Amino acid sequence: MDLKKRVEQCLGPENLVVAMAECQGDLSVEVPKSSILDVMHLLRDTPGLGFNFLSDVFGVDNLDFNKSKKKPKEKTEEGEGVEEITTKESLPPRFEVVYLLLCLERNERLQVKVRVAEDDMEVDSLYSIWKAADWPEREAFDMYGIRFKGHPNLKRLLMWDDFPAYPLRKDYPLEGQGEERHLIYDD
Amino acid sequence: MDDWLVAIIKVVGIWVWVLLIAVVMTWVERRGAGLIQDRPGPNRAGPWGLFQPLADGIKLFTKEEIIPTKAQKFLYIIGPALFSLPAFSAYAVVPFGDKIILGGKEIILQVSDVNIGFLYILAIGSMAVYGVILGGWGSTNKYSILGGLRSTAQMVSYEVALGLALLAVVFVYGTFSLRDMSLAQQGTFLGFLPNWGIFKQPLGFILFIVAAYAEANRVPFDLPEAESEIVSGYHTEYGSMRLGLYLFGEYVNLVTISGVIVALYFGSWHLPYIDLGAYLGPISWGIVSFCIFFLKVSFFLWLFVWVRWTLPRFRYDQVMGLGWRGLIPLALFNIFITALFIQLTV
Amino acid sequence: MNQNLTPQTGHGTGDYVTVNIGPSHPAMHGTLRVIALTDGESLIKAEPEIGYLHRGVEKLGENLSYHQFIPITDRLNYCSAIPNNVSYEMAVEKLMGLEVPEKAQLIRVIMMELARIADHQVCVGILGVDLGAFTPFFYLIIQREEIYEIFEWFNGARLTNTFGRIGGVDADLPDDFEERWNELKPNVRKANEETEKLLTHNRIWMDRTIGVSAFSAEDALNWGFTGPCLRACGVKRDLRKDEPYCMYDKFDFEVPVGKNGDVFDRYIVRMIEMEQSIKIIDQAYKLYKEMPADAPLMARVPKVIKPPAGEVYSALESPNGELGFFIKSDGSANPYRIRIRPPCYMIYQAFPELVKGELIADLVACLSSLNVIAGELDR
Repeated sequence: MDLKKRVEQCLGPENLVVAMAECQGDLSVEVPKSSILDVMHLLRDTPGLGFNFLSDVFGVDNLDFNKSKKKPKEKTEEGEGVEEITTKESLPPRFEVVYLLLCLERNERLQVKVRVAEDDMEVDSLYSIWKAADWPEREAFDMYGIRFKGHPNLKRLLMWDDFPAYPLRKDYPLEGQGEERHLIYDD
Repeated sequence: MDDWLVAIIKVVGIWVWVLLIAVVMTWVERRGAGLIQDRPGPNRAGPWGLFQPLADGIKLFTKEEIIPTKAQKFLYIIGPALFSLPAFSAYAVVPFGDKIILGGKEIILQVSDVNIGFLYILAIGSMAVYGVILGGWGSTNKYSILGGLRSTAQMVSYEVALGLALLAVVFVYGTFSLRDMSLAQQGTFLGFLPNWGIFKQPLGFILFIVAAYAEANRVPFDLPEAESEIVSGYHTEYGSMRLGLYLFGEYVNLVTISGVIVALYFGSWHLPYIDLGAYLGPISWGIVSFCIFFLKVSFFLWLFVWVRWTLPRFRYDQVMGLGWRGLIPLALFNIFITALFIQLTV
Repeated sequence: MNQNLTPQTGHGTGDYVTVNIGPSHPAMHGTLRVIALTDGESLIKAEPEIGYLHRGVEKLGENLSYHQFIPITDRLNYCSAIPNNVSYEMAVEKLMGLEVPEKAQLIRVIMMELARIADHQVCVGILGVDLGAFTPFFYLIIQREEIYEIFEWFNGARLTNTFGRIGGVDADLPDDFEERWNELKPNVRKANEETEKLLTHNRIWMDRTIGVSAFSAEDALNWGFTGPCLRACGVKRDLRKDEPYCMYDKFDFEVPVGKNGDVFDRYIVRMIEMEQSIKIIDQAYKLYKEMPADAPLMARVPKVIKPPAGEVYSALESPNGELGFFIKSDGSANPYRIRIRPPCYMIYQAFPELVKGELIADLVACLSSLNVIAGELDR
C-alpha cells in the first residue's frame, strides 16, 4: 500500500489531515497546529508507518507566495475582487513549520506541515519526542519568530541575543541595516 | 688565581656551549619535524635554514614587551626568570668530558665536582616548577592558570618517580658524585656488556627517561602547554623575550636531562670495549672525551625530537595515573631488586 | 586579584570555573565556541555557541536564480564542496523532474568520492593534531593536496569547486584522469597506512579515544545523527545504500559500522570509508570508460530555470552525513525558500550530552571527531 493511503488511514479517522500534496514523489501532509504532538506520536508509533527519525524542522514565510498565488486568480475574476482577496483574512496563515520525517526501516520520507498565523505564533515543541528538534526549532524561532511551546531553551541560535528582527521573513530588507531602519518586531 | 681563572673559563665556556646547543636544538627540532613530516621545514635563512634561530632570537628581542593590564606585574616578570635560571644552573654538576692536563695541571671537565651533585640536580630541577606556576598565576588568565596547575601537579608527581629511579643508581655506584659515577662505567660487565648504567639498571633507565620527559614537559607529557586544549598553557600571555626565556629554558632543560642520562646510564665519555684514554695524549683525550660525551647527548636530544613528532599527548588523569600507579610502584620495585642484588653479591 | 579569574578548584564544592573556548582558539575549527563550566580539569557543563560564521545563505538563496546559488553551496562544507553542489543540483533536478544522463552521474560519483576522501583526511588529520599527534596530519594533508590538484585541473578551483550544473555536469573528465588517479591511489593508501601505523594501535591514542564521548545508537537516532558519527554508534545507515542516488546501487562497497560510538570508532569508520571510496571510484571509472565518448553530459535544461511550483526535499550522503536541500518553488526564476539540512548541525547540538562528565582534553577530541564545519553549521 502506498504511503499516502497509509498516512490517510492513520490520521484520517481522527480528522488530523488538513491537506495532502505530492510533488515529485515527496508526500506532504498538512495537519492542524494544535494537534501536532498527537500527529507525531501517531506517525511514529503506528505500525506500518514508523517515522522514527526527525530529519529537520524549519519555518517558511508565505508572505509573497500567497500574493503570487492569488494574482492569477484575480485576473480570472476580472478585476472585481482585488482588494477583497489580498486582505489578510482571505489568505492562508502566513507562516508554516515543516517537519521532515524519515522511516529508517523502509526509507520513506514524509513532510508534515503546520500553518502558523501571524497572530498566534506558538507551536508545540517536538523536543519531548525527538531531541533532534532542539536547534532546528531554535533556528525557526531565530529566523521567523515562531515560538515553540515546551522547548527547554528557546533562545536565538545564529543571531545574537538582542538582535531585534527576524531576518528570514520575506519583508526583511535585503540591503542596509534593515533591522535598524524600520523592522522591529515587538510581539 | 689560576684555579679561579679555570673555574671562570669553565663556567662561561659550558654556559655558552649549552646555550649554543639549545639554539641549534630549536633548529633541529623544526628541521627534524620537517624530515619526519615529509616537508622541508625552515630553509630560507642561511644554508639549510641554519640562521633561523638567529632570526627568531632577533625577533624575540626586538618585539614590544607587553604586560597585560590584569597581570600581577611582579609574578609575571619573575616567572620566566625563575624558569630559565635553574635550567642554566643545573648543568654545573654534570660532566662534559674526562679531564684535560694543561701545563701540568689536571683540569676535570666538569664545572664543579661536588659530592652531592646528584641531589643538587634534583633540587635545582624542581625549582623550575616555580617559574611555571608563578608565570601561569601572574598572567591572570584561565588557560595560564590551568597550564600552571597541570605543570605543577605533573612535575611534583614525576619528581618522586625520578628521585626513586635515581636512588637505585646511587645504590649501584655508591656515590652521589656524577664524575665518580662516570668513572665507574669503564670496562665491561659480566664479561661481555659495557659497564654502563643502562645494563645494570635497565628498568631504572626506562623509569628515568619517562619521568624525565614528564619533567621536561615534552610530548607525550606536554599538557601544561597543550595547544589544542589550553592555547599555550602557562605562557599564553607571554610575548617577546619573556616567551623566549620559557621556550629556551625548555631546550636548556633538554640538554641537561640528556647530559644526566648519558652520565648515569650511557657510559658518560666511555666507548664500549675500548679505552681510548690509554692511547691518546692528555690533551687530545680531553677533547675526544668531550666529543664522545656530546655525541651521546645529541642522540638523546634527537630522541626528544623524534618522540615529540611521533606520539599523541596523554590526558591529565592518564598522566597522573601513569605517575602514581605505574612509575612509582615500579621504581620502588626497582630499588628493592637492586638492593637485594647488592646485598647478595657484595 | 581579580576575583572572577581566581581559580577555584573545589572538588564537588560547587566552586566552578567558566572557561571560554573559542571562537578564536587553536582547537576550534573555524569559528566555533564552547562555554565550559569546569571543576578543575573535569567538565560540569559545556555549551556550544554558534552563529559566528552565519552569512544568511538561505536568505541569499531566496534572492538568487537557481544557477547562481551553486557557488554559494561551495561555502557550506568548505572541506568538501562537491557533495554540497551535487546535493543542491539534485534537489533542483528533482523539482524539475529531470533525468540526469548516466555519464554525468558517474562523473559526479567520482568527484564526490574524491571529495569524501579529502574530507575524511582532514578530519582524521585534525583529530590527530588535537590529540597532540602532529605528524599524521601532514601525511594526510599532502595527499589531500593532490586530490585538490585533480579538482583544480578539472574545475579550476581547489576549494570552492562549483562543480556541475543543474541537469548534469559541464565538462567531461579530461583524458589523463586515469593516469592521475592511478598515480594518486597508492599514495592515498600509503598515507592512510602510515596514519594507521602511527595511531590505531598506539597505546596513548587508544587510551585517549576508546570510550571517550561514547553514544548509544538510540540516543544518536534521537538526536538526529547521520553519517560516520551514526555509523560509529552501530547503526548501518548510509544513504548511498539505503536511498541510492547517482547509480550508487551499481557499485559494490561496504558500509563500516562501529560499536560504541566513541572517538575511536568514528576515526576507524572514517579510515575504512576512505578505502571504500577508492573502490567506488575504481568501479565508477570502469563504468565510465564503457560509455560512448559522445554520450550526453547534460539533460535538456532551459537557459532560465523556472521549475513548477512545489516543494521537494532531496538528500545525499555527504562525508559528514545526510546533507539535504529543501526547495520550495513558486514557479518563478528564484527559489521561494531554500532550507539546507547540514549534517553536523544535528550532530553538534548533542555536544553537551556527548562530553558530559569528560575532561577538557576529551572535549577537544570529541569536537574534532564530529568534524563540525562552521560553514555548514552556521550557513
